[in-house]
Amino acid sequence: MDLILHIWRQTGPSAPGKMVKYEVKGVNEHSSFLEMLDVLNEQLVTRGDEPVAFDHDCREGICGSCGFMINGEAHGPQPATTVCQLHMRHFKTGDELHLEPWRSRAFPIVKDLMVDRGSFDRIIQAGGFITVSTGSAPEANLTPVPKPIADQAFDAAQCIGCGACVAQCPNGAAQLFTSAKVGHLNLLPQGQAERYDRALSMVEAMEQEGFGYCSNFAECEAVCPKGISIDFIARMNRDYIKAKAFGSAKTAVKA
Amino acid sequence: MKLDAKVPSGPLETKWLDHRDHLKLVNPANKRKFTILVVGSGLAGGAAAASFGELGYNVKCFCFQDTPRRAHSIAAQGGINAAKNYHNDGDSIFRLFYDTVKGGDFRAREANVHRLAELSVNIIDQCVAQGVPFAREYGGLLDNRSFGGAQVARTFYARGQTGQQLLLGAYQALERQIGAGTVKMFPRTEMLDLVVEDGRAVGIITRDLVTGKLERHAGHAVVLATGGYSNVYYLSTNAKGSNVTAAWRAHRRGALFANPCFTQIHPTCIPASGDYQSKLTLMSESLRNDGRIWVPKKAGDTRSPDQIPEGERDYYLERKYPAFGNLVPRDVAARNAKTVVDEGLGVGPQKNGVYLDFSDSIRRLGRATIAERYGNLFEMYDKITGENPYAVPMRIYPAPHYTMGGLWVDYDLMSNIPGLFVLGEANFSDHGANRLGASALMQGLADGYFVIPYTIGDYLAPSLNKPVSDDTPAFRATEADVRDRVSMMLAINGKRTADSFHRQLGRIVWDYCGIARTAGGLQKALQLIPELQQEFWKDLKLVGGADGVNQEIEKAGRVSDYFELAELMCRDALDREESCGGHLREEHQTPDGEALRNDEEFSYVAAWEWTGGGSAPNLHKEPLEFDAVKPSQRSYK
Repeated sequence: MDLILHIWRQTGPSAPGKMVKYEVKGVNEHSSFLEMLDVLNEQLVTRGDEPVAFDHDCREGICGSCGFMINGEAHGPQPATTVCQLHMRHFKTGDELHLEPWRSRAFPIVKDLMVDRGSFDRIIQAGGFITVSTGSAPEANLTPVPKPIADQAFDAAQCIGCGACVAQCPNGAAQLFTSAKVGHLNLLPQGQAERYDRALSMVEAMEQEGFGYCSNFAECEAVCPKGISIDFIARMNRDYIKAKAFGSAKTAVKA
Repeated sequence: MKLDAKVPSGPLETKWLDHRDHLKLVNPANKRKFTILVVGSGLAGGAAAASFGELGYNVKCFCFQDTPRRAHSIAAQGGINAAKNYHNDGDSIFRLFYDTVKGGDFRAREANVHRLAELSVNIIDQCVAQGVPFAREYGGLLDNRSFGGAQVARTFYARGQTGQQLLLGAYQALERQIGAGTVKMFPRTEMLDLVVEDGRAVGIITRDLVTGKLERHAGHAVVLATGGYSNVYYLSTNAKGSNVTAAWRAHRRGALFANPCFTQIHPTCIPASGDYQSKLTLMSESLRNDGRIWVPKKAGDTRSPDQIPEGERDYYLERKYPAFGNLVPRDVAARNAKTVVDEGLGVGPQKNGVYLDFSDSIRRLGRATIAERYGNLFEMYDKITGENPYAVPMRIYPAPHYTMGGLWVDYDLMSNIPGLFVLGEANFSDHGANRLGASALMQGLADGYFVIPYTIGDYLAPSLNKPVSDDTPAFRATEADVRDRVSMMLAINGKRTADSFHRQLGRIVWDYCGIARTAGGLQKALQLIPELQQEFWKDLKLVGGADGVNQEIEKAGRVSDYFELAELMCRDALDREESCGGHLREEHQTPDGEALRNDEEFSYVAAWEWTGGGSAPNLHKEPLEFDAVKPSQRSYK
């Protein structure tokens, strides 16, 4: 199939960018979207042009490196699919596709379709962990976790940190990402000691990074490649409100 | 050079405990005076960096991805072994040790493997405490399954995403330390050389992948946890960025590279669909429990599989191995698939696969049962190929997956260069000639959480109050070497992209040093590889400059190292005149076509020393002795 691509080209964080048109011919329907871009890049390099920079690594939908907007949809038109797992058979010859990087104040553009998602790491640093140093763990089966709770924690823990939720949100909010980690750890018995501090500090870190506020559009859930539910946002809000109203473990001691 | 593995004396069961009791310690208040450089942030590197930070060391951690959470450990599907014996089925540390040594076809170091089995139980405790959501039973306790042909249920798992969940556990521990200021993280940073001064590893040279700037980092010790080298084949199950560069540059600075020809080809992957193919995707081998593998009896049969009557199908594994059938070990399944495809019996548009057929199981067990067992895998297959495996047989073919070889290390995980430690898949130590399922995650975490935090102190203690500096002749010279190499590649200004060379090289290594090897083929590869390498250095095409993001420079640098590695792999494979584990030399088979080891002559670790580009490397041998497990011949008939 033959496609027309309009790709956002930008040489660096502060350089001006623009959409550039490319025609790609003879695309194999069995190739993945990124393989289609590989073919384009091979042609660009061979004729001495700069290839399109994009993040990618495992190409199995699990590392979370890849992701960009295709005609305004994060990761493109297939539900629960990262761009590396999106195959060209879902497009047809003559299609015109607009590729843009994630757009968010908290994700500065590095180059072309690459963005800096370091803000996600800093949210995790604020409390996205259980404080247990190596060697201090008790025997694993001392802490039973009811299976439905473990399964629900797993549903949240599947987040791959790709940033699609933020990119699709009209507000550029990071509630789905943050609540997935809060939900994973706050559901488990091991996470109870830090439960309210975690909700407080991760929400605060999220706000400091310049993400927007959540107004329940639920666009994030629709594009999440792992199908993470916005129920976790409600859970996080409950923990946050409780912590604000009644104090967390840390504030309780201070009081 | 004499190789000393420094395996402690005493009974196998107490070696590690006794050794730990006698390692030198660094006082807690002094730990911050030591800088440790950790390269790689996967299970081994992430776990090590986090643990060092908790201990109070001053840590710098480097990864080429945009965040440590993306290291390729994340893609591991199956599970992690541990000798917990929660199922009361007779598992023990000894049995896990025994299975791992035997699975490695008696080419691993006994003492290391025993330690691994001992530590396996601590890993599960640690991960559960971190919040890793392992599968559980209704009573709330941990569930286990049997995996990779083991006779006991010792594999812990988290749906089909065990690697992801374990890595996120290590990543969260690492981020906690980054937040606390004990670890400084350098994402989008690639190590391009090792700095060696007075025979010791004292630092690294890195390239910032955003600015292109070369940087010097000095440390009291360098820890490489940079993964395996399956991408030498171009097409593999590894992530696109996985590479051998850090390990290889350390090799060029004197670190011995051990058993490079021990590579694992996984039998159940989705075949390539065209020339644009960028990587291969693994389908869990659990599928072989209910799928039947076959090809048409007639070469060039273009009928759709449902039109081929039973009598015109060859269920070749069931025919050749009646006892094990479709469940023969990975290497046997892979080899037989290659044989039938080479005979022209391959299926699919590219004639490069074999059928894995579930129709009998669906008839016998019902679609619902199959969906319950393999639903997510069937979906994944459908997503990639556009075919529905409930209706038509899957097509599968082997793909390079894991590399057992790597930098040589002693019992303390230190290479032959003092101060250079190597963990996880990047070292050679625990899997011998073949790795069993669910043991890679175990090794990465054992090395990172529970071995290196102890052994590194023993190395560091005597260097107390000796500051390190990156402004020395060794740093300046090494940085200049790296700069020259980048400039040299930019100056070629040829016509071919790095990827096109990589594909061609991968094809050579796959054809001659892949599933089955012959002396003639390896000799041919040893001729073809340097020829292609010369062409690379004459005709490489790069665009852009050394500054800023330049993914072509990254790829070219890695490919340049693959040429040298590929040559060493072939040399090692040629030198090892026996078959063992994943290394099958066609000249050395039993009459039944099984791998035939030669314990008399080859019961050793082949550790190769770099002697410069043009000359043959030196071989050093570490003899392997087996006291607890007597080597035996495998048979799956």
